[in-house]
Amino acid sequence: MTAALRFDPIRLPEKCEQLRKEVRAFLAEEIAAGTFDPHKPNREDTDAPEFSRRVGAKGWLGMTWPKKYGGQERSFLERYVVTEEMRVANAPTRRFFVADRQSGPVLIKYAPENIKMEILPRICRGEICFAIGMSEPNSGSDLFAAKTRATKTDGGYLINGTKIWTSSAHIADYMIAIFRTSAPTKENRRHGLTQFLVKMKQPGIQVNPIGQITGQYEFNEVVFTDFFVPDDHVLGEVDGAWKQATSELAYERSGPERFLETYYVLTELVRAVGPNPDTRSAEGIGRLVAQLHTMRRMSVSVAGMLEAGKEPVVEASIVKDIGTVWEQQLPHRVRDLAAFVEETATNRETLERQLDFAIKTAPKLTIQGGTTEVLRGIIARGLGLR
Amino acid sequence: MAESDNIVVETAEKIFADLADPQEVNNDKKNSWQGPLWQALSEAGLPLSWVPDDLGGSGASLADGFALLNAAGRFAVAVPLAETMLAGWLLAQAKIASPEGEMTVLPASPKDRITLDADGSLSGRARGVPFAKAAKHFAVLAHGKDGVSIALVDAAKARIESGLNVGYDHSDTVTLDKVQPVTLKAASKGFDQTTMMLMGGVARSLQIAGALESMLDISVRYSNERVAFEKKISKFQAVQHNLARLAGESAAALAAATSAADAIANATRFDDEVYLEAASAKIRCAEAAEKGGAIAHQVHGAIGFTLEHILHRYSLRALAWRDDFGSESHWAVELGKLVANRGADELWPLVASR
Repeated sequence: MTAALRFDPIRLPEKCEQLRKEVRAFLAEEIAAGTFDPHKPNREDTDAPEFSRRVGAKGWLGMTWPKKYGGQERSFLERYVVTEEMRVANAPTRRFFVADRQSGPVLIKYAPENIKMEILPRICRGEICFAIGMSEPNSGSDLFAAKTRATKTDGGYLINGTKIWTSSAHIADYMIAIFRTSAPTKENRRHGLTQFLVKMKQPGIQVNPIGQITGQYEFNEVVFTDFFVPDDHVLGEVDGAWKQATSELAYERSGPERFLETYYVLTELVRAVGPNPDTRSAEGIGRLVAQLHTMRRMSVSVAGMLEAGKEPVVEASIVKDIGTVWEQQLPHRVRDLAAFVEETATNRETLERQLDFAIKTAPKLTIQGGTTEVLRGIIARGLGLR
Repeated sequence: MAESDNIVVETAEKIFADLADPQEVNNDKKNSWQGPLWQALSEAGLPLSWVPDDLGGSGASLADGFALLNAAGRFAVAVPLAETMLAGWLLAQAKIASPEGEMTVLPASPKDRITLDADGSLSGRARGVPFAKAAKHFAVLAHGKDGVSIALVDAAKARIESGLNVGYDHSDTVTLDKVQPVTLKAASKGFDQTTMMLMGGVARSLQIAGALESMLDISVRYSNERVAFEKKISKFQAVQHNLARLAGESAAALAAATSAADAIANATRFDDEVYLEAASAKIRCAEAAEKGGAIAHQVHGAIGFTLEHILHRYSLRALAWRDDFGSESHWAVELGKLVANRGADELWPLVASR
């Protein structure tokens, strides 16, 4: 066979179900206390530092990491359960989500010990927020076209240039970014980029918010002017960032956040049609639920492979491709099905407000964190076509 | 599902490779491959995989049988293997021993009903029964005044109107008119026609997933051979992205089908969670058969549209299998009703149940 794609059925172990109950109870308390409204999808509006600390206090941040860094050494499947329950509840996770998913694991792999001891426990306590500095004005999907320079100086590097579309940069305490330390070579155009840890909120960094079509100000332009980064903030090999990117991608691409972004409109549609739907509504809901269930089983399967120490890069890319296309179409399908919902449905206003937001959110879902085109390129390479 | 994970699949794949090679089968206009293939499968005990030893079968696990069906899909096997397996399984639900030879099950659609009369005879019409024409016996689920019974029926006593599905396999209408069964027993408590349809649907889902795996395989290979505009068509981004989507559909079908199979193999009863798994598998695999099959044809161009090429053995069967044991539309309506009836706040707990 050309393609040995595997999605073995994973059953979540019993300890996950216990944990799920704890997470649901915690979220129910937070909702009751007014921390957030689960029916209000635009959670990105809410920066919730106190909530973030309480999640940390529960031991649900960095939960797979070594205990000496503040982690719990729990499994990826347990982290999966926490992530999906937070998503489905529309909890305000922005402050900690990137650090927990991505930045922490990068630090564990590439940061010097003193940095790990300093920063990782603070992520686990929910105290600090991370941003990712990848895209630049002339470098988006083509990561290796990045031009922002890191020039060697005494004891570190001077950074000059601009990152853009940087989510949460306006609240972030740190950024993990790639900067150009050398020119690309003839043989390898990916050569010359280095990964750095950047401490934000300092002179030499200017964060300019950019309005999004949803009406939110969630991503930013970040301008560096002679900004100093010390030597021990280099993450991994100088000029060799391209070797370091791949293994993290499976985590980034296959999680429940890759198909649950607009899930709330499906719940609200089910509420609106009531217990005795007509055939059209029933069929529409049935198909959407079957598609959702299938993606979740694929995503859980990838989590199981990660737990087993594998690097299912192609499988993860497939989950993100199918998942993001689905969550992008979901608000439109729900809108179709809601067209004949009774005017008197008690949650009609909530559903309409949610649809309005989800429809405006939809276009970004197949762009952020690796476009559909990039993902299909990766899948094609996995199939032996490139 | 991995090839050769277990002895049942290993045995089956060897037989399929020797006696059901898709290209040789496709070249053989007289269907002379069918007899030797069935004989080899029978000698290996595969058609009665799901029948316990004491009822005349080989007593394989549900999981092994499901893996076997997935392998059969990868070879687009066109003998009543899945049907005989399902029939043996159905009969075993009422502790009825399986006879030798080809069998199939009826009804094969959730809409059809066979009734058990007071005199112990069976009546009713079942449409779209796969391989009824080839079967020596039918395993029948019937409704009587005391509930659900399962019966073994001599195929010669039924009236069969022959038909073909879109994959050119027999899909026949079977009419029972006061037919006395060979054996009839009450089904175990809680067993009903829906259970049987879900089981049949998962069997078809695994076959569709297998067919899609092969469609992906032969499409990738073809794209790496065929040259157009002075390069292999696999080097065109439009073709690459189409194949990436086919990989996604194949992966989704495989994940949905194997997850449902795993759920059934480990279930103590057919509860809402198993219903979600089985119905979702049939819905998603049917959708994948349509989308994935279309891409496989697109990549192959005109050659894939010919009877000489093997692609249609997979693509048309995958489409045909959508119709058996409830179409995706049927299951979508039923699943939608179940979800609506449980209520909005019970949807996520259902989806996240395993």
